[in-house]
Amino acid sequence: MEIIMSILAGILFTAGIYNLLQKQLIRIIIGTGLLSHGAHLFILTMGGLTDGKPPILTDHDSHNYVDPLPQALILTSIVISFGVTSLLLVLAYRAAKENETDNMDQLRGNDYE
Amino acid sequence: MSNLAILPILIPMLSGILLAFFNKNINLSRLLAKALTIGNLLYVSYLFIRVSQDGPIILETGDWAAPYGIVIVADLLSALLVLTTNIIALAAVWYAPYSLSKKQESHYFYTFFFLLITGVSGAFLTGDLFNLFVFFEVLLMASYALIVLGGEKVQLRESIKYVLINLFSSILFVTTVAFLYSVVGTVNMAHIAERVAEVDQRGILTTISILLFFVFGTKAALFPLFYWLPRPYSAPNPVVSALFGALLTKVGIYSILRVFTLMFPQQSTNTHELFLWIAGFTLVFGVIGALSTTNIKLIIAYNVIPAVGFMIMGIGINTETSVSGTVYYLVHDMIIKGALFLLVGAIVLLAGTANMKKISGFIHHYPLLGWLLFLSAFVLAGVPPFSGFIGKLLLLQGSFGADQIALSIIGLGCSLLILLSIIRIFIQVFWGEKDESYVPNKKLARQLTIPVSFLLFFSVALGIGAEFFYPTVEKISSYLMDPEQYINSVLRGNP
Repeated sequence: MEIIMSILAGILFTAGIYNLLQKQLIRIIIGTGLLSHGAHLFILTMGGLTDGKPPILTDHDSHNYVDPLPQALILTSIVISFGVTSLLLVLAYRAAKENETDNMDQLRGNDYE
Repeated sequence: MSNLAILPILIPMLSGILLAFFNKNINLSRLLAKALTIGNLLYVSYLFIRVSQDGPIILETGDWAAPYGIVIVADLLSALLVLTTNIIALAAVWYAPYSLSKKQESHYFYTFFFLLITGVSGAFLTGDLFNLFVFFEVLLMASYALIVLGGEKVQLRESIKYVLINLFSSILFVTTVAFLYSVVGTVNMAHIAERVAEVDQRGILTTISILLFFVFGTKAALFPLFYWLPRPYSAPNPVVSALFGALLTKVGIYSILRVFTLMFPQQSTNTHELFLWIAGFTLVFGVIGALSTTNIKLIIAYNVIPAVGFMIMGIGINTETSVSGTVYYLVHDMIIKGALFLLVGAIVLLAGTANMKKISGFIHHYPLLGWLLFLSAFVLAGVPPFSGFIGKLLLLQGSFGADQIALSIIGLGCSLLILLSIIRIFIQVFWGEKDESYVPNKKLARQLTIPVSFLLFFSVALGIGAEFFYPTVEKISSYLMDPEQYINSVLRGNP
């Protein structure tokens, strides 16, 4: 299971980086979205994908729970990347409007501004 | 008592929240910001004295024992860096009203400023790798807001690049934490350090350590990863540039120092060889950048890079002398970069252009500003009585001691070129004929020089009073070279 998930995370990273290297701003942002999905999936995989109950203490008959720490880390990371992505989207909107282009090649400018 | 350790994070955070309520009342928020920064500085000085007398203060948050909860560790290095951060914050908060427009100030500048200080202090004080990531994000989010504050074309354009590169390196950081968690099964730094020594997986741990180096190297602008730094750093308001140049890259350097002295000290042969190469290239490329342009803001921004190169050189050599050189240089460079960005910002504000070819004869209008720039060029290059000298001397002693002759010569040569790059600004801007048509704004200049002189005072004091400061630095470096002390004080509670 870990191997399949690692390959999937790898595909997400590849697609994310490919999109990150594009010229259109929105595709770059899609790339960052894919990358953070890859990273989150990766944390889950690296925490171990053993069979077990969800980490909620209800009855005490079983001790076989999945690792709760990676889930907490992912949750933190998801919220952070959500915040950054929403900022980036608004920033891209404003920048594209102000500079009248969303092509990264034309967002260079000169030395003395 | 151990709650002392978290207050340098809490005070600026609460100040930021408080000031968000008074954003429209500019006079009140200025006054409050100044008062709170002074209060925080006084408190942090007290913390520093306490730590240097009684040893590290460790706070286990929520009373959870060390590897299970988050620990806040205020050891001498962290306390020293937090103190330096707050000195720079005080200068910045004094400078801000004269360089920012009313609109920028009322759009939550002070809130973001305090959140930036929260993030930086938190990153210096935390003892948990994932918590370090969170504090990185806190300071980065505040810096994203500060860099676009004002919303000019340049700022919008450069901030996209800045946000993207930092987002990418943050994602990589999370991935690396996942790798490390799967190998050692913990995210507490002291516990990781202990497990790394036990787990017999050298190959994968070296890979992880290089990935971590890559992440922090992107934040700190090391050789192949510095391309994002100069333009975004010169785009925003001078006070924001000063905060960035003084604090943000140094958090990256601090993290490298912490990670490679605490967690991965035994695999030093592979990684530290790499550091030395990177240090050499960082020095050379940074200096080339600094000499390549006539935009004075860009010159200072490029000067951040060779300074980082010097520090990574000390970490790479990894002896007690060179690490104390790194620590000394780190503190010196935070202060002088803050001062230089503020100085150059003042010149740009007064002249109305950043092109040094268009400005001349400023010494007739602003003599004090000119002499301060001259002084800071000497401090930066490391001319004897000032603070840059001691740091560089220790670094060079370390590198000669480790037989890194070529690297030492590169370091010396780069110091000369750094001096040249700043003196070029001095010659172009301050020498020459008096421009009669220019109307000087002496009042503004006087206000802007106060925080700069405040910072330069520390630079000079740090150099002249080296006898007084050096024992602390030496204590820090012997503490860093012996990770057992850190591990024992965090995991077993005996300092």
